[in-house]
Amino acid sequence: MADDVLFEFLHMEMVSHIYKDQASRGEMEKDRATCVSTLEGMGFRVGQGLIERFTKDSPSFKDDLDVMKFICKDFWINVFRKQIDNLRTNHQGTYVLQDNKFALLTQFSNGKQYLEEAPKYLAYSCGLVRGALSNLGMDCVVTAEVSLMPSCKFQVVIQKI
Amino acid sequence: MAVCIAVIAKEVCSYWAGTKACTPSTCGPAPYTFYLQVFGHFFFSPLFNQNYPLYIRSVPIQNELKFHYTVHTSLDVVEEKISAVGKAMADQRELYLGLLYPTEDYKVYGYVTNSKVKFVIVVDSSNTSLRDNEIRSMFRKLHNSFTDVMCNPFYNPGDTIQSKAFDSMVTAMMVQAS
Repeated sequence: MADDVLFEFLHMEMVSHIYKDQASRGEMEKDRATCVSTLEGMGFRVGQGLIERFTKDSPSFKDDLDVMKFICKDFWINVFRKQIDNLRTNHQGTYVLQDNKFALLTQFSNGKQYLEEAPKYLAYSCGLVRGALSNLGMDCVVTAEVSLMPSCKFQVVIQKI
Repeated sequence: MAVCIAVIAKEVCSYWAGTKACTPSTCGPAPYTFYLQVFGHFFFSPLFNQNYPLYIRSVPIQNELKFHYTVHTSLDVVEEKISAVGKAMADQRELYLGLLYPTEDYKVYGYVTNSKVKFVIVVDSSNTSLRDNEIRSMFRKLHNSFTDVMCNPFYNPGDTIQSKAFDSMVTAMMVQAS
């Protein structure tokens, strides 16, 4: 019944806890960056574990695009209960995943209100995607941007060594 | 990147017996060799091609080096098979190396997960009762246990596997494989 919101509430508490923790130690300057990377790191580890479970029974992926499609469909459905609405790529290692109604942002607003608070709530999900991809063998950098809530775009840039 | 879980169970009866001497008359049917190794890839090292063992287990400890060597050479074959994926295939790979050494026969089986973790099992060829689908089910169990290890918050990807649950699963598997 209320299953869907359990993770959303946990996530909200996680974010506020991390920020409260940092704020109590002073030093407002470094706070933002370390909070975001803490959240991202948490998402990273969780993403690694999740991928292990989700790909247990599926056949191996043909190429990077196949992996991204898996992330957009099965992974997103399992975590956020819907698919990614739009996947764009330049076929050179950059992918843009667009979610028009991102599950963790739906409660914020339907427009531009609280826009500056949004990045905090996207850090964990960026880490999630980065962890998932890293466990599948793709090192990448994941960033997110929001222009109009609750839609957001995740940009994945695959690092080629 | 390979995760090798090497579990080698050479002689189940000597494993059971511990240090007691084990002869065919006391131990029953001929003991089997069984080696399992798990290789991981999480630690990025440009020197080592990212294949390093996360877990190694062999029942009789003697001749372990020989099995390390066997498994490392078999990793090349595994890499070959992974890079040959041109069409959608199941991620189960089988390596049948046959007679690797002139004195003894070993069958080497490999399995690669989607996260590029490799499991390698080496069994003695005199163990003819281990059929293909039994090996497959062993790999499934290994994969399931490894997934559980990955989801354990106290496990950092890249560490050697210390989980007791994993150990006991491998032990049970080795006993069953005899």
